[in-house]
Amino acid sequence: MSDERTGDDVSAAAEGDDRNERAGGDAGRVGTSRGAGAAIELDGVERRYGERVALSGVTVRLEAGQTLAVLGSNGAGKTTLLRVLATLLRPHAGVARVLGHELPDEAWKVRGGIGYLGHDPLLYRELTGRENLVYHARLHGLMDGLRSPDEGLASPGAHNRASSLDGGLARVEERLKAVGMARRADDPVRDLSKGMVQRLAVARATLHDPALLLLDEPRANLDPAAAEALEPLIGRASGKTRVLVTHDVEGGLAEADVALGLRGGKQAFCRPAGEVDAATARGLYS
Amino acid sequence: MIRTARTILRKDLAIELRTKESVPAMTLFTVTVFVLFHFGLDRDALEGDLASGVLWVTLLLAAVIGVSRLFAIEREQGGIDGLLLAPVDRTALWVAKAAALFLYLTILELVAIPAFALFLLGPDLLPALPVLILLLLAANIGLAAIGALVSALAAETRAPGLIVPLLLLPLVMPVLISAASATEPLLRGDQSPEDLGRWLGLLSLYDVVFVLIAVAVFDFLLDD
Repeated sequence: MSDERTGDDVSAAAEGDDRNERAGGDAGRVGTSRGAGAAIELDGVERRYGERVALSGVTVRLEAGQTLAVLGSNGAGKTTLLRVLATLLRPHAGVARVLGHELPDEAWKVRGGIGYLGHDPLLYRELTGRENLVYHARLHGLMDGLRSPDEGLASPGAHNRASSLDGGLARVEERLKAVGMARRADDPVRDLSKGMVQRLAVARATLHDPALLLLDEPRANLDPAAAEALEPLIGRASGKTRVLVTHDVEGGLAEADVALGLRGGKQAFCRPAGEVDAATARGLYS
Repeated sequence: MIRTARTILRKDLAIELRTKESVPAMTLFTVTVFVLFHFGLDRDALEGDLASGVLWVTLLLAAVIGVSRLFAIEREQGGIDGLLLAPVDRTALWVAKAAALFLYLTILELVAIPAFALFLLGPDLLPALPVLILLLLAANIGLAAIGALVSALAAETRAPGLIVPLLLLPLVMPVLISAASATEPLLRGDQSPEDLGRWLGLLSLYDVVFVLIAVAVFDFLLDD
């Protein structure tokens, strides 16, 4: 079997310890015991912008705790895929299930479990880093007793409001420290370098302890020390299910369980990352 | 939802206080237009329908500036995505934006009405002031409700600055007609309670209808 195939010819999935086992069978699925436990299940997902098809025939299965590396050149559909998974775009065809919920019908159930780090940091330039994080903590219910920062969803009233507020603020401070921005937390975002803004964006995306991280070039603008410091939050060490869009082919494959190659919006390959050689993946960019 | 709306409103007001984009622009525009009318008409005092028309058309055009900026920061800095990713009732965004616009309009009028009296109004404004305040508040509710809706709609287009006046002005025509018709006798000093009640009733009906429409459709407006 050639390493690169297109669209419906090849769709693969991997699960748990089977990641290095290539399964046969139609559509090239790997270890496809369809059932509970999959964090992401896509089957023939398509997305159009007007007449233009941005994403077509994407079939992926990713188990909880695994990492999916999404590779492809500019305009291949990587960001569109990430936005579909983030519930920001509706799939126009196919089946998409994220964290056990079907999109778009159950998108509202998924949102609290997603940490999205896209091209835009989603931070207000006129507010300080701390103000931005407090704002997002409030939106995610970390400061109103609806959700405990450490315990996930809790019933309303389970925490008294003052302690929830303190807990939310403590989470903000903890994240600021974790991304190395505690000292510059009171500077307006517009006064910060791109690397610092990216650190804050990481803090914002992980503030609510999401089960699924959707990361679009998460290490962009970060110096090596900062990239290393953020590993516990967005790297493999986080233990989260991750979808990682990257142009760093070798790095992406090294930290992924499953690799998805996109070319012109179509699935070029999807298989266990250990079975994708870097030269094949680099072929997506030619 | 109210808690989320309060969070968004607090953020919007903090940003407005720092950038001073909307309210100062709306206020400066309004005062400038009054000065232009003052010299353009070459009159120190307007009365009745002319005074009423100048006041309300100027306030509506100033509202266009506020509506144009209402969602601009969300569009420019990805704020809408941040909100759409949060597990919150999206109607809270409309509530917050409408509340912000209502506040901006009210602050604008605190300056605009004295400026109007100074540049264009002959008779003393004080006797008409209580009823005028009532009319202004009723009009502000309608403008805020439809303004937040139009602003969200325009933010999804490529030319929001063009779309806002094209959509907003026809939609707020009932506000202009009701408010100007109620203000005209007020500024002449012969307002009848029946007349005032009729126009205030129409304004209130408009407010209720557009608040209900906005609450019903706003969620779909943000949907992809």
